[in-house]
Amino acid sequence: MYATHYHRASSVQDALSLKSAAEDSRYLSGGMTLIATMKQRLAAPTDLVDLRHVEAMKGVTVAGRTVRIGAGTTHYDVASSAALAGVCPAICALASHIGDPHVRHMGTIGGSIANNDPAADYPSALLALDAVIVTDRREIGAADFFTGLFETALVEDEIVTAVTFEAPEKAGYAKFPNPASRYAMTGVFVTKGAGGVRVAVTGAGSDGVFRHAGLEQALSARWSPDAVAGVAVDPSNLMADLHASADYRANLVKVMTKRAVAAA
Amino acid sequence: MAKVKMTVNGRQVGSECDDRTLLVHFLRENLGLTGTHVGCDTSQCGTCVVHMDGRSVKSCSILAAQAAGSDIVTIEGLASGGELHPVQAAFKANHGLQCGFCTPGMVMTSVDMIRRHGAALDEATVRAELEGNICRCTGYHNIVQSVLAAAAEMGGAKEAAE
Repeated sequence: MYATHYHRASSVQDALSLKSAAEDSRYLSGGMTLIATMKQRLAAPTDLVDLRHVEAMKGVTVAGRTVRIGAGTTHYDVASSAALAGVCPAICALASHIGDPHVRHMGTIGGSIANNDPAADYPSALLALDAVIVTDRREIGAADFFTGLFETALVEDEIVTAVTFEAPEKAGYAKFPNPASRYAMTGVFVTKGAGGVRVAVTGAGSDGVFRHAGLEQALSARWSPDAVAGVAVDPSNLMADLHASADYRANLVKVMTKRAVAAA
Repeated sequence: MAKVKMTVNGRQVGSECDDRTLLVHFLRENLGLTGTHVGCDTSQCGTCVVHMDGRSVKSCSILAAQAAGSDIVTIEGLASGGELHPVQAAFKANHGLQCGFCTPGMVMTSVDMIRRHGAALDEATVRAELEGNICRCTGYHNIVQSVLAAAAEMGGAKEAAE
């Protein structure tokens, strides 16, 4: 790792001023991606602004079916929130399968979505839940937030402070984890609620997380795992790498959709 | 270079280190606590697992500066008064190790696992929860048996639900 300077923020405002004072700085949340990336010298920020001690960014609150998850909430705390499990157990189940127990104790939902790894789990959940990403200065709909591979609508010093969503009537998530990295080779989050059916796919799209209209139509007509049997998934916009071809991922999209609906 | 202070195994410690120093190197090189190992250095293998403020974490993926002010427990902090922690004793009794390199991380992981699940821990859960720890010798069988034996022995050690 190249040399860096560590700063600990005590509040969102403090984090903003620490960030602006540094030359080439990055926000650090749980660090489960950023520290590993710095160790490989693929990132070399001159300064790190640690958000892990900003208390206002932590915790899950559920009021009726309105959910708010602080950006600094760890995957473990999302997975083990009884209040959240009461209205949307699918997101708890998703969080309980990110990385391993030690990673879940550090990694946060805010860090994950701000990084927007194309194989991360949370982007599919937030897109399917039609969630709103709250930052220090505005609110951004999930559909506008995830803009590409490792790309988001966030501007340079903007901080994700929370995510909010209305818990749908039904929600389910299924992923095919890469046997080595455990990242999603394809993960599908499905929801059924007042706004209709939404199907969001992570780990497969060559431009990051996306919704699939064909699968949504089929499940809107009939909410059942076998309803997707006749849907065609076009492999031309899917990733191909040493782990899986685009055709293989196209098949996984359908299989994971079936499993997600069965789990919902 | 800054002085990083934390509590390690119940003792207040402080030492000068670069901001880029990883917690595992701080423990091993600054404090001489070499029970915590570095296996893969890519956050995969789990030999570096310690507890930070009561939760298992990978000390190769955390800066010492991030851990400043926290309460750290390493493998050296488990036994008390020359008596092995029940998890250490279970690994010994069940031959839950061969070369021993992964063992500190396995034991710290197991203590955390039993804290969260208590005696309700079953084999499938143990295997799933060992996701972040790699052993190249045992084939895991005796490690799983060790964790289950320790969980049964510790019985009511599960912490109250949050």
